[in-house]
Amino acid sequence: MHMADALISPAVGGAFWAATAATIAYCSARVRRELDDHKVPLMGVIGAFIFAAQMINFTIPATGSSGHIGGGLLLAILLGPYAALLTIASVLIVQALFFADGGLLALGCNVFNLGVFPAFIAYPLVYKNLIGRQPKQSRMVLATILAAVVGLQLGSLGVVTQTAVSGIAALPFTTFLALMQPIHLAIGVVEGVVTALVISFIYRARPEIMAAALQHKPVGQLPIRSLVATFLVATLLIGGGFSWLASERPDGLEWSIAKLTGSEELPESFSQAHVVAASLQEKAAVLKDYALPSAAIAGADSAPARAERLSTSLSGLVGGGATLILCFLIGVVLKKRKR
Amino acid sequence: MLAIDGTLLDFKQLDLLAMRQTAIHRLDPRAKIITTLSFIVCVVSFNRYEISAMIPFLLYPAVLLTVGELPFGYILRKIIIVIPFALVVGIFNPVFDREVLMQIGSLDVWGGWLSCLSILLRALLTASAAILLVAVTGFPAICEALEQMGMPQVFAVQLLFLYRYIFVLTDEGVRTARARELRTFGKRGLGLRQFGSLVGNLLLRTWERAERIYMAMLARGFAGQVHTRQRGHFGRNEVMFVAGWISLFVLLRCYNVPQLFGRLLTGTLP
Repeated sequence: MHMADALISPAVGGAFWAATAATIAYCSARVRRELDDHKVPLMGVIGAFIFAAQMINFTIPATGSSGHIGGGLLLAILLGPYAALLTIASVLIVQALFFADGGLLALGCNVFNLGVFPAFIAYPLVYKNLIGRQPKQSRMVLATILAAVVGLQLGSLGVVTQTAVSGIAALPFTTFLALMQPIHLAIGVVEGVVTALVISFIYRARPEIMAAALQHKPVGQLPIRSLVATFLVATLLIGGGFSWLASERPDGLEWSIAKLTGSEELPESFSQAHVVAASLQEKAAVLKDYALPSAAIAGADSAPARAERLSTSLSGLVGGGATLILCFLIGVVLKKRKR
Repeated sequence: MLAIDGTLLDFKQLDLLAMRQTAIHRLDPRAKIITTLSFIVCVVSFNRYEISAMIPFLLYPAVLLTVGELPFGYILRKIIIVIPFALVVGIFNPVFDREVLMQIGSLDVWGGWLSCLSILLRALLTASAAILLVAVTGFPAICEALEQMGMPQVFAVQLLFLYRYIFVLTDEGVRTARARELRTFGKRGLGLRQFGSLVGNLLLRTWERAERIYMAMLARGFAGQVHTRQRGHFGRNEVMFVAGWISLFVLLRCYNVPQLFGRLLTGTLP
């Protein structure tokens, strides 16, 4: 699953952008140093192949539904981790731009979930270690399936964590995790089987391609320490900057407006409704301990603050509707002037 | 079968839109990238219950659509396709977040519904920003701009290759899929084994094609760089475009304009 712009906060998006940019710069330098220019066109064309392969569906046994290949692990096996990461990142860029799949700010998260995990964890640590020097068919299939499962489990864990840390969706961390991991276990197995089938076909038809891929030096070490450092610094800077922007300014304004309008009494019916809602929430909350931080803050704030929020809701509705119409009118006028 | 061809056609059409010549299309790609990213960051930085303050941000996609002379229905269709992905997660908000944050008449509105609606609006705004960026800029121009802004050259060249061959290879993929579908009855032949050899074959053909391409390029003097025709110029128009939009975004981000507007209309403004 692709992480979407609509579900992330600027701090999470920005931190992963920084980490991804550093990874891409590092991988580009490695590809450049190790392989001269030979691999660059190959990478691009194989990236385009991923799109072509996704046009071909297959029937998933026992379910009757159909799926298509993801391709992250396939790229890592064929091109080695560095080139594979660059190719996966470019596939994701095209998807983000042409299909709005994921999104531009979420691009960093997606490269991490779908690129770094398969290329730098599943491929070197699982696939390479299991397959050995002289791969046999059964061993190759096993290694591929396991690597695909590990890669997808980590990727889905990434999506869940990024969503929870961003705090836009209210889905509790553990519930989301319990939904996502089993689904991605199944997806991982299917992806692994499909990748193994393609790989063994290539191995039979053009063994030299696979031989070259196998001779890559074992385990591409990413400079983990500097990556983590970049990540932390970026998180602090971006997180700090945005939380100031997000909380300080508009709240101060709203507060002053509320003070000016002086609407501070709490409606009677509202407090009753709130009690009912709270008890409902109590019943509905399966996982009370994982209440979201913002929900906790909202629950803890004072009655006047809540009343103020309610009083501003009407003007928000009216003004929002009016603005919508205004935006539309500006569009129409611009269009008319064009003609 | 029609569905696959449709996807491909859709893809090509978006690419063709970038060839128009309007004031927006003529701007330097860097200006449009910077503006789009600031737009997305501003939209995403709103708190989770915010709805009204986000609405004026619709102005940016609306202006790009009209000034860029883009087909409204087509762009809208492309955006609507992706919204369900965000909504799959957002739809759980009303289940888990039931604090009453708003009242319309006697109707209580849970925070979950507000944040769900907020996610919907976010998805609409961010998706339209991404698609409109391609529609008014074009992919090669975006690559070039990113390279000028510091993206590694290896990555940029490889991205351009991917883009060039995407149309050739997806055509091939679609033809292969169609040929297989015409030869199958029911579900026979659509299974994993056939898929393996089909995609394996496609991969081999692609690999050999890539080798031929590389040889041909070497013969024509390829030295690791792709030269493009247009070199953008970041002039006064670009500065005005970027500065104008960003200051508007910051203004709209800091002041809830619809709220103030609403107060004016309902007469609660002092």
